[in-house]
Amino acid sequence: MREIYLDNSATTRCFPQVAELMNKIYLEEYGNPSSMHHKGVQAEKQVREAGRILAGILKVKPENLVYTSCGTEGDNLAIIGCAMANQRRGMHLVTTPIEHPAVLETMRFLESRGFEVTTLPVDSEGLVDPADVAAAVREDTILVSVMHTNNEIGTVQPVAEIGEAIKKKNPGTLFHVDAVQGFGKARIYPARMKIDLLTVSGHKIHGPKGVGFLYVGDRVRIQNILFGGGQQRGLRSGTENVAGTAGMALAAKILYEGFDRDTERLYGLREDFIARITKIPEVWINGRKGREGAPHIISVTVPGVRAEVLLHALEDKGIYVSAGSACASNRPHVSSTLSAIGLGKDGLDSTIRISMSVMTTKEDMEDTAAAMEELIPFLRRYTRH
Amino acid sequence: MKYQAFLIKYAEIGTKGKNRHVFEEALCSQIRLALKSVDGKFSVNRIYGRIFIDCRSDYDYDDAVEKLRCVFGICGICPVQIREIMPIEELKEAVVRFMEEEYPQGEHTFKVHTKRPNKTYPMDSLEVNAELGHAILEAMPRFSVDVHDPEIMMNVEIREKMFFYSHEIPGPGGLPCGIGGKTMLLLSGGIDSPVAGYMIGKRGVKLDAVYYNAPPYTSERALQKVKDLASLVARYTGPIYLHNINFTEIQLYIYEQCPHDELTIIMRRYMMRIAEMLAKRNGCLGLVTGESIGQVASQTLAALNVTNEVCTLPVFRPVIGMDKEEIVSISKKIGTFETSILPYEDCCTIFVAKHPVTKPKAEVIRDHEKNLSEKIDEMVRRALETDEIILVDAQGDRIVKGREDPLED
Repeated sequence: MREIYLDNSATTRCFPQVAELMNKIYLEEYGNPSSMHHKGVQAEKQVREAGRILAGILKVKPENLVYTSCGTEGDNLAIIGCAMANQRRGMHLVTTPIEHPAVLETMRFLESRGFEVTTLPVDSEGLVDPADVAAAVREDTILVSVMHTNNEIGTVQPVAEIGEAIKKKNPGTLFHVDAVQGFGKARIYPARMKIDLLTVSGHKIHGPKGVGFLYVGDRVRIQNILFGGGQQRGLRSGTENVAGTAGMALAAKILYEGFDRDTERLYGLREDFIARITKIPEVWINGRKGREGAPHIISVTVPGVRAEVLLHALEDKGIYVSAGSACASNRPHVSSTLSAIGLGKDGLDSTIRISMSVMTTKEDMEDTAAAMEELIPFLRRYTRH
Repeated sequence: MKYQAFLIKYAEIGTKGKNRHVFEEALCSQIRLALKSVDGKFSVNRIYGRIFIDCRSDYDYDDAVEKLRCVFGICGICPVQIREIMPIEELKEAVVRFMEEEYPQGEHTFKVHTKRPNKTYPMDSLEVNAELGHAILEAMPRFSVDVHDPEIMMNVEIREKMFFYSHEIPGPGGLPCGIGGKTMLLLSGGIDSPVAGYMIGKRGVKLDAVYYNAPPYTSERALQKVKDLASLVARYTGPIYLHNINFTEIQLYIYEQCPHDELTIIMRRYMMRIAEMLAKRNGCLGLVTGESIGQVASQTLAALNVTNEVCTLPVFRPVIGMDKEEIVSISKKIGTFETSILPYEDCCTIFVAKHPVTKPKAEVIRDHEKNLSEKIDEMVRRALETDEIILVDAQGDRIVKGREDPLED
């Protein structure tokens, strides 16, 4: 059976070139960048090359990048690090209800430590209004955290406008963007967009698991949350993940080299798929349908079919999708994004997420649409009473 | 090494008359099996009319005790110190030191109980009792003697060596695994069926288990959860052959052909029928379920009658008279609770009706089952062919027979 992997927002398959590069580093250039000898220099070179590539993509300096172990660590470092470094200036933070748990739970932790958190409203497509952001920012607001691309429905926030609105109201307020789903799928220039902190993860862009980075703008002060050998200018102690960092950078390089062509192709696949799938009675798409949304995420609600059942039925045909957000699938509590955009209980139980990548083919999407056309009417015959 | 041996106490085996040695041998081999994964060398013997575990090397005491506490048939585990034969003065010192180490704190009543099969020892057991009792009282003022109901029984045995032991770690009781034959457990992912399996296993009965999966309505994770549960139960009962049966087709057919409020009851009748076929095929002499009267609609007395009537083998329901809380407390004791409450759908819940029948009548159900007559036998045969046999033990699981290779009858 052919495997059709459409859960790329959960994680992606590594590019073969990335795996090869990492293999070489693990077996040959395995030194510790902090070592004085040749092996150390060799490893350090890999990390520096990675920094050059990633900084080039974001149009920032390599010194602005702090390598982490994952998106969750990046979000934690950005938010807790900012709160600890700036709490004398203020104790107020602003976020949205559709953030990843790595942001929401960190905010909740800060609330328990006496910080105040304002949660902005979103509209039925999951969009944040820059005017609402401006209204929420106060003199004592130290951080605004808004994600770039939503992991469940693919809504892309107007981050440049939000950045503008924040700085106009309070130039001292820092702006954090969780770009774990957006990096690789959109062009993001933190300096131009007035972003101070930007979180990225390696395994969502065909790089390895266990690595990510946080962009920290010039003159942005954050407190490190790991203590130790003082690597990465003290911001992130711990031996650098050399192979992972190099692999992540190579993956990003490959993605951005084909960026225009791939983005166009993915939007085409998405539009065709949506046009076909919404012909099935009572099936609808969450989030934005056109080119304002992310090119790779499709959130489909199929009333009358439980998402988990549809997921396993598709799995039987070799097609892998996720129910709601995979990050929350072991805790079947209600998805925060889907309920924030106003989906009722039935909708929440009946929503699957299809997430493509540059590896997704036209045939993959046609086979998936055909499978859904066949399965949905069948599954609707058997329901719980 | 604080203790050089364990004395194993067993209750019921002692009453088994002429079969006694069979039971004891079974228990010895279960103990050897349990100690296999423990660091250290042990030798398990029937000696002096008891089971004695000699620790032949340094060993992991905590792990050994933990493993022994899972062996059915053991009702008590006494850690024993072994010393060379010594004259009474040295013996007094040694016993006082042993007591101090065993009971470093607290006030206790005690009694010394000496056995002296080695008649070359110059004092008899009563004299030794008196001497040792005095020595302990003198050295440890927080102890007092109570010969009728002592908190501590300080046992001293004088054989070719000297044995000291005083405290007893409770074992699980029951009978050694395998001496009672084999049964087929209907294992779901819930709280009750692993407990039912444990309780039957405790009576010396080996378990096979059957799990009904219903893809795409149940997931691979639900199956993994059932394997994990079987593995936890297998710590006590020994390896379990888990039969994984695909039930989707039958379930959907019942859904199409029968009234929805009878779906669960009819489904359960087919689960019992298939379980019985598997049981007979595998030499099991009974079925085991985790049913408890009145817990859910399919477990009312009326419903139990209706599901029971399709079986010719006896159906054992060890938790039948227990409240949910009692079952939960056993499942916590045996360590299955945390796994049981993981939230994966099992095939009993996927199509459950809002108001299932609670007082089904056998005639009515039999009549409605006739709606299935066209295809059901073929479907049952196919379901039996899906039988995937997974051998599950305390360490994990492996497939013994994959799905693609249908079982021969």
